[in-house]
Amino acid sequence: MMATLQKSKPLQLLLLIVVFILLCLLVPANEGNWLWRFPTLLKSLPVVINNSVDYLMFDWWLIDVWDPDIEEYEEKPLMRQVTRSISGFVLFLIEFVRELMLGGVKTIVTFTSWDWATENPWARWPGLPWTVVTGGVVILGYALSGVGLACFVGFAFTYIAVFGQWEPSMQTLSFVLIAAPTAILIGLLLGVWSYKSKTVEAVLNPILNVAQIMPHFSYLIPVMVFFGIGDHAGAIATIIFATPPMVRLTNLGLKKVPAEVAEAGLMNGCTDWQLMRRVLIPSARRDILLGVNQVIMQCLAMVVIASLIGAKGLGNDLLIALNRLRIGLALEIGVCIVLIAIVLDRLSLAWANKQTDYFADQSFKERHKYTLWFAGVFAAGVALAGIGQLIFKEGFNYLYLIPHNKGITTEPFWQAGVDWMWDTFFYALKGFNEWLIVDVLIPVKKAFLAMPAIATFTLVMGIGFIVGGIRSALIVGGYLLFIAMTEWWDRALITSYLMTMAVLISGVIGIVVGTLCAQNATATRILLAWCDTFQTFPSFIYLIPVMMLFGVTDTSVLIAIVVYATIPAARYTVVGLRSVPSELHDAGSMSGVNRFQRLFSIELPLSFPHMALGINQTVVFALAMVIIGALIGTDDLGQLILGSLSDRQGVGNGLVLGFCVAFIGLAIDQILRTWANKRKAALGID
Amino acid sequence: MSSTASNPTDPTIRCDGVYKIFGENAKRMLQSSGGVVDAAKFQENGCIVGVNNASFEVYPGELLIIMGLSGSGKSTLLRCISRLTEATVGKIYVDGEDIRSLNNKKLIELRRSKMGMVFQSFALLPHKTVLENIAFPLQVKGVSTKDSIARAAEMVELVSLSGRENYFPRELSGGQQQRVGIARSLAIEPDIWFLDEPFSALDPLIRKEMQDEFLRLQSVLSKTILFVTHDFDEALRLADRIAIMKDGIIEQLDTPANIVLNPVSEYVRKFTEEVPREKVLKIETVMEPLEANHEVSDLKVEKDAIIETVAELVLSSDKPVSVVDDAGQVVGSVRASKVISLLFGGHNQHEAGRAS
Repeated sequence: MMATLQKSKPLQLLLLIVVFILLCLLVPANEGNWLWRFPTLLKSLPVVINNSVDYLMFDWWLIDVWDPDIEEYEEKPLMRQVTRSISGFVLFLIEFVRELMLGGVKTIVTFTSWDWATENPWARWPGLPWTVVTGGVVILGYALSGVGLACFVGFAFTYIAVFGQWEPSMQTLSFVLIAAPTAILIGLLLGVWSYKSKTVEAVLNPILNVAQIMPHFSYLIPVMVFFGIGDHAGAIATIIFATPPMVRLTNLGLKKVPAEVAEAGLMNGCTDWQLMRRVLIPSARRDILLGVNQVIMQCLAMVVIASLIGAKGLGNDLLIALNRLRIGLALEIGVCIVLIAIVLDRLSLAWANKQTDYFADQSFKERHKYTLWFAGVFAAGVALAGIGQLIFKEGFNYLYLIPHNKGITTEPFWQAGVDWMWDTFFYALKGFNEWLIVDVLIPVKKAFLAMPAIATFTLVMGIGFIVGGIRSALIVGGYLLFIAMTEWWDRALITSYLMTMAVLISGVIGIVVGTLCAQNATATRILLAWCDTFQTFPSFIYLIPVMMLFGVTDTSVLIAIVVYATIPAARYTVVGLRSVPSELHDAGSMSGVNRFQRLFSIELPLSFPHMALGINQTVVFALAMVIIGALIGTDDLGQLILGSLSDRQGVGNGLVLGFCVAFIGLAIDQILRTWANKRKAALGID
Repeated sequence: MSSTASNPTDPTIRCDGVYKIFGENAKRMLQSSGGVVDAAKFQENGCIVGVNNASFEVYPGELLIIMGLSGSGKSTLLRCISRLTEATVGKIYVDGEDIRSLNNKKLIELRRSKMGMVFQSFALLPHKTVLENIAFPLQVKGVSTKDSIARAAEMVELVSLSGRENYFPRELSGGQQQRVGIARSLAIEPDIWFLDEPFSALDPLIRKEMQDEFLRLQSVLSKTILFVTHDFDEALRLADRIAIMKDGIIEQLDTPANIVLNPVSEYVRKFTEEVPREKVLKIETVMEPLEANHEVSDLKVEKDAIIETVAELVLSSDKPVSVVDDAGQVVGSVRASKVISLLFGGHNQHEAGRAS
């Protein structure tokens, strides 16, 4: 009996489920019973964190600082001084880029003083006309890649200007132009360091694991405490959030460089630095570029979230539009964000792939042609702005700057569309909405909440054990234990319920659609292109259309999550199925399988490990979206994190809540990844 | 390419009791044994002996081929000499200088001035064009972009890749990529040329073409060459001398002809028995000493000629053919019967089977 049980995994699973159900039935729902809910031993953890942060910020290591206002030395805590100077520096950089495009006086003030600037009113940078910036970007696009890219960036920037989103867009852009390169640089450095030193890698790895799955909001709170509120805080939060994938991918890319290429570099007489800069990093550029791309996406995804702690720009406007339910406006702003994301992505890609021509014997004019072109565009733009000054007498010079929300707008159209949809499908939508909430979501949510803690532990650790033995069981148990001992077990269950529902739906849709598309090369290409495009959209963009249809409800959140989280499920399924070697297809055909037999007996089993990783990504995506859903109202961990943003003592709560979310993700990650790796090893693929 | 091995010059490369031992315990064990290596003992303790007591010399202009099957330690030995891997024990001299004692800076200097290396998987930089790849060793040395590109353009010509200067490696065939690899390794005009299975990743026809190309280059350049291969035919075709390795040990180091004629061990014999002798042996080996009463034809063959290349000539003559040395002096004669017995003789029976 025991022997069969040890061998047969399905039998183990069956036994586990029986035990799970028994536990659910037998353990009474009683707050005092620790089998029902574990004692909240970590209840004081947030307070401890708060106190430590306070100590660090206000009492630790006092130093004497010269205060020019009172002309005296004053004792100030070191930490505060350090974070203040970082804030100041980042803010200066952001302001500098921003004023370059929009005009202003702060940069000049930094180098002189407010008094001087007031006395000399001429010393004011007027900002570039939008025509010049657009022209400049078009030239850049042309220089880096050619006509295609030039047209696209030209279109994108014109759209932004014409729709009256120029100012917030430039604010956002200035913030991204500082955050993204910083994140890329830090990521690259850490990636290289972790490649060179095993110790660094061992230390960084768990941190990156947690960081990549921590909800966006969790970063905001400590950043707010340490760096205050404003654009710089938003940028710093963004940098912290966007760096981990860069570190990962740099390290991965460097490790994948063939040993012989590194040896060739050495034999060609490279020093360590030359080897890294000219051989290893360029050879790993595919993965590093993927990292750059990820950073840009993360930065744009953070645009809205960073606005919660004071970043100006599109994110802020979008948030306000969403809150006022001005769907059309939100949509237009959303398109701006997506356009900026795509423009930056394509430009960085083109820059990295640029080639030099050594044989062109060029004249001065040819060598500097782009500079000359830009000079021309600059002159033309300024002249146009001057003419505009003459034409548009009533305030707005459209050839210089199209003021905020004074451009073309399609909002009435979208609003009419929403209204029409409401009028036409009101009962259908409402019916569906109510059915989903009353008959599906609420019962499932209740079922989750009715689970005794001990049953949850048994189920999850049991699955961990079946998949990866005692080690996996202990790891996932550890993650769960942390959550169980905070006071937010119930909230975590709600998060898990939303996530589970979404992952189930996304998984089914993704795998079915992926499997269907994988049958045909064209369909595969189209699906992958779709995935690429949709992945470019920052996650909250998905909230806009669903809110149009379902208003502020759990249904909206669920649907947004499903749409967002289906992308990786579909992508990994297609890629997994498509990477089944063609010899195996041939071998199958020669064994006389028909199409379905081939799919079910050859392709699917071979791509299961890959699909499992897709589901893993789906979980990550879904978790991120569940938390973002808090912006339009849920009652899970995300809502609490959002709440701690406005709480004076929010750091501890925010961080611990963030860890709870991260640990849910990591527990699932542990199980899925272990399973996928075991399957891969068993199948001899990687 | 006539052998300069007999010249009493100083060796360019000299290895003296070189060992390479892999394994976590290797260092500790070495310390406890005071630097004396007993390979068997290391193996018992879970170490892998990659190179086991290699001692040999390579003379200027000589082409030494290290031949062995995979895992025999041939590439490891090559990497010890180029110091891509640090040897565990032993002395390695390049031009009389003990390279194991060089610091990093001197090592880089040595590689920049004297060494070039070609890799099995080509190891081209994927982000650089043909021209940039070839110019790379010059650029890391500090040569200006203009000069290095000009020099690279010359090298492109040398390896017959004109017209493909601005291609990326991924746009080239395997053979073309290896031509780039060769050009890159030669860009700094090294004295010593390491080739690590340079043609193993190529199709047989391309491989043959590249070997010809390689011989052409070597006849012009006369580098000192260490060439690693697992292909015995390739070794016979190219080498001045061959070192056959097995399990880290050099089983035999000799000229191709001697290896074929006198294999020292069963292992070496296995390689040689498949080899058609006429393709390896020189006329010298079947030559008879000149005797006064001997009647010879007017035809002449060189004593260094490979038998296969002159067999038809010898067989077509009804009298023995005279053999001449480099100076054109008649040093002996060769009879058709000798050549026939070599071509179709007893120790070559398998040839008949192969031909059918």
